[in-house]
Amino acid sequence: MAERKISVMDSVRKASQSVIAGVDEKDIKHWVEIYIMGKAYKVPADLTIMQAMEYAGYRLVRSCGCRAGFCGACSTVYRKKGEYKLQTAMACQTRVEDGMFLVQIPFSPAEKPLYDIKKVKYEPFVLLKYFPEISRCLSCNTCTKSCPQDLQVMDYVQAALKGDFKAIAEDSFECIQCGLCAIRCPAEIVQYHMAQFAMRMYGRYGTLRDKNVEKRIREIEKGEFDKEFDRVMNLSMDELKKVYTEQQNTREVY
Amino acid sequence: MNLVKDNKKMRIPYFPGCTLKTTAKNFEISALAVAELMDIELVELPRWNCCGTVTSLTSDDLMRHLAPIRNLVRVEEMNENGEIKDEYRLVALCSMCFNVLKRSNLRVMENSEELEKINNFMYLEKDYNGKVEVIHFLELLRNIGFDKVKEKVKYALTGLKVAPYYGCLMLRPKEMGIDDPEDPTIQSDLLVALGVETINNPFKTRCCGSYQTVRDKYAVAELTYDILSRARKEGAELVTTSCPLCMFNLAGRQKEVMEKHPEFKPMPVLYFTQLMALAFGLDEKYYGFDQNYIDPRALLRKKDLLN
Repeated sequence: MAERKISVMDSVRKASQSVIAGVDEKDIKHWVEIYIMGKAYKVPADLTIMQAMEYAGYRLVRSCGCRAGFCGACSTVYRKKGEYKLQTAMACQTRVEDGMFLVQIPFSPAEKPLYDIKKVKYEPFVLLKYFPEISRCLSCNTCTKSCPQDLQVMDYVQAALKGDFKAIAEDSFECIQCGLCAIRCPAEIVQYHMAQFAMRMYGRYGTLRDKNVEKRIREIEKGEFDKEFDRVMNLSMDELKKVYTEQQNTREVY
Repeated sequence: MNLVKDNKKMRIPYFPGCTLKTTAKNFEISALAVAELMDIELVELPRWNCCGTVTSLTSDDLMRHLAPIRNLVRVEEMNENGEIKDEYRLVALCSMCFNVLKRSNLRVMENSEELEKINNFMYLEKDYNGKVEVIHFLELLRNIGFDKVKEKVKYALTGLKVAPYYGCLMLRPKEMGIDDPEDPTIQSDLLVALGVETINNPFKTRCCGSYQTVRDKYAVAELTYDILSRARKEGAELVTTSCPLCMFNLAGRQKEVMEKHPEFKPMPVLYFTQLMALAFGLDEKYYGFDQNYIDPRALLRKKDLLN
């Protein structure tokens, strides 16, 4: 038989094969057993927690959002068989493992104070005024260990006690507001709301206003974009789909 | 002891605490500046957290000791990653921070089971190995020698009558105190080196009222009245402290004192480092007098010690 030429598809197929060194194909686990709220299911091993729940027949109305690790809606608490530690994750970003006991936390009933950013004074103790619980922090670091974004949560809570807006804004920059820190905190601190408040304050009072942003705001207020908006708003559904597809093709989507 | 050798700067880990970053900035500014002049670089602990404010005395509530121990772990980390070379002393300025850090350190060093529990709790993080020694800035100066402080004095504060106030946190309990708990002299020994005429206030270790100030400010105002009136009776013109809480009670509560005792005249209370900065002839921005509850500048000008 003539030697077959390696096609592009072959190399793709090869690349997607299991490449665990020294492990036989027959030893690789393709199926895992997970427990969703205590009930056992067999699911393919390469699914995320979210996909696995859907595979098992759940239809997620809450606890599911962007499916890309950005929105923070799919908080999961789990424990692995034989371990005592409760762990946390984003369901859309974490692969299932054998023996996972899973539950989704679709909502954190955390307190969220109201404030008018224009009237709040930019001073250290304002953080304690709106979030007095931060003074109960014992530095146990449970929040940091529960953060699916690997943020140094305790460090920014401690920065809040020093009134260091900049440190809070920088340390919490990648927060996706999933609320797991607050759910796990023994001092009932609402870390993520506090961080967002601090970030807003720092943005408004602690940093220099960007000239381009101000220019664009003036342009918007002058109505320079109204015409274009009106055009898009008046498109028919089919025209809108066409415009949307074109726009998606011409821009880098991230 | 790791003293100043060959004019080389001493680099030593330093714990500021939250108050020194907010209502007692003048304490930190002046202390860092005078330390620098004495060839000491106080290197702020990276990622420091709350000292643990007020040592927990319960036997089973170890959670309360996590915060102080965590800070001590940072000192060991600084040594491990080469930020500091073989320097396991941790300097505190605030008396409260000093007290809490040192007591937790002593506690876990005497009780290995508790240390193990704390280390187990901090799983996935670095253990505390018990290498750190917590010291107060005053202790550091005493170790270096107050005569060395005297060498740096540019303008002796001659004629200024100062009554140092100690309170409790750097003295008691005596196992951790830095001086005689009944009759401490460490502050006045330092002040003498600055050329100050020190006044011995018999109430120098009396309670300032501590956190009672939150519950009943007038009760605390009475204590302030007693302490300051006695200092004045002994001839003092101002009082020094190393504790931001004492500062708040002795100076911040003078408003309430005057409500109850209209004849009482305000008396400035300073951090001892502010007087050092003044005597060392440092730039005015290192004095931080504008943040003092009772502005001492009028008095210091009258004494010809300030422009």
